Amino acid sequence: MNKIPSALSLGIRRGGLEIRQFSRQRESVVFTLLFPVILLAIFGSVFKDTIAPGVTFSQYFVAGMIASGLVNTGFQALAITIPLERDFGALKRLRGTPMPASSYFIGKAILIFVSMLIQILLLLGFGVLFFGLEVPTEMAKWLTFTWLVLLGSACSTALGIAFSIIPKSGRGASAVVSPIVIILQFFSGVFFVFTSLPVWMQQIAAIFPLKWLTQGMRSVFLPDTFATEEVAGQWELGKTLLILLIWLAIGIFFSVRKFKWDRD
Amino acid sequence: MSLIEVKGLKKSYGDVHAVRGVDLQINQGEIFSLLGPNGAGKTTTVEILEGFRTRDEGSVSVLGFDPQSRGHESRLWRDRIGIVLQSSADAGDLTVIETIDHFSGYYSNPRNVDEVIDSVGLTEKAGALIRNLSGGQRRRLDVALGIIGNPELLFLDEPTTGFDPEARRAFWSLIQKLRSDGTTILLTTHYLDEAEALADRVAVINKGVIVEVSTPADLGGRATAQATVSWRDAETVRAEKTDNPTTLVAQLSSRFGGEVPELIVTRPSLEDIYLEMIGGARE
Repeated sequence: MNKIPSALSLGIRRGGLEIRQFSRQRESVVFTLLFPVILLAIFGSVFKDTIAPGVTFSQYFVAGMIASGLVNTGFQALAITIPLERDFGALKRLRGTPMPASSYFIGKAILIFVSMLIQILLLLGFGVLFFGLEVPTEMAKWLTFTWLVLLGSACSTALGIAFSIIPKSGRGASAVVSPIVIILQFFSGVFFVFTSLPVWMQQIAAIFPLKWLTQGMRSVFLPDTFATEEVAGQWELGKTLLILLIWLAIGIFFSVRKFKWDRD
Repeated sequence: MSLIEVKGLKKSYGDVHAVRGVDLQINQGEIFSLLGPNGAGKTTTVEILEGFRTRDEGSVSVLGFDPQSRGHESRLWRDRIGIVLQSSADAGDLTVIETIDHFSGYYSNPRNVDEVIDSVGLTEKAGALIRNLSGGQRRRLDVALGIIGNPELLFLDEPTTGFDPEARRAFWSLIQKLRSDGTTILLTTHYLDEAEALADRVAVINKGVIVEVSTPADLGGRATAQATVSWRDAETVRAEKTDNPTTLVAQLSSRFGGEVPELIVTRPSLEDIYLEMIGGARE
């Protein structure tokens, strides 16, 4: 008798399967991966001003697009597709096999991370080629970028899985999830300069991870002199790390304890 | 040896008492069929055995394990069972072979992927995307995924719904082959002929309790029930219930001097007995 496969190795197998499935859904591949690029093209063409000396709107906007890409690709996509999988009976079938829940979650995390990487490469490439985007040259900034993408993508995955408990059906899921994400994007300074927003909006945004991801990304893509323009007068990377970790923990807690495999 | 032991099982949903004290014992190597109308507690009972639902009262042992416990033990338990659910429409973007091969990776001791595909008759469709399969082919894929882990115990829930008669016959021989390989099977079905063709024993559940457990031939005293002999006598069709149909037919034969017009001898079908047991209420 062979040993039963480990949760991690099954998680990696599921990641491969999820990517294969995703890559065959042509419409969602194009939409998910190119949407941020299209938005950059629109906003970059409309707003040609500089926000501060040497900081174009495109530069500011790319930081926001990468951060909100993390939310769209992870949280939004999972909170919509998992209820659909539940409606189809796919989750119940998985529940009936020896595959543990953690493997399913790991598979989702891998899918989100990989599609996030592709999305970022497209966005940066497109921005550099057509919108004069400047990418950082210091190693330290790339290091910040790396942990932000890793932690942001994990956090977004965990919260998307946790939130998938809420929609009653797959059909209604997008109506529940999309407005939350769009409002959060406006409040968090993705489409506008954060400090130009009303204070109450800033305060609400500060509870959620997107504001912190966006600010963290600005610390990567904007010159350090811009830090003085932030609400706290600095990048607050330590605080960002802490808040993302707290949300990650919340997401994992509800995913593990409350995940629903079946419609009823 | 019994693979499944259920004693005093109870389950309510609010005020609805779905299962009101079920006792069951299912032996190794048999095909056991659970019959009952919708709302009789059939699905609830099976889902408790499958570990999908928790119970309120009673004891349940499936392969020596309590299905409602969780953790690593439960993974080892699931490694030994297979479940074919009523319907699923997932993973349309994968091919048949990709899906079965992927599921085979979940188990410690899976069957050979090609053999399983062959045994459910999907060899020609192995490379086809699932969304391009017909309903019957999809159902056979469900069965393939249920048996890929080489289970000791297989749950089959309404397996042949939507099959044409030929596909159903092919499916029946697949199930009989699984039994001859030593797999124990718990079958729930709406088709009485299916239960009769496949099951070693059947249990009828109604209003949350087991009404009777027996072989299909003996259910409800069927084997000893009176036969009905009917024939045409001048302008009218006559029918008579009798314990000795052969004697009656011999008498009729001598009366008519050979052939008896429109002679029919019947015994109650499993369906007749079943409908009588559940109070004549069709679903």
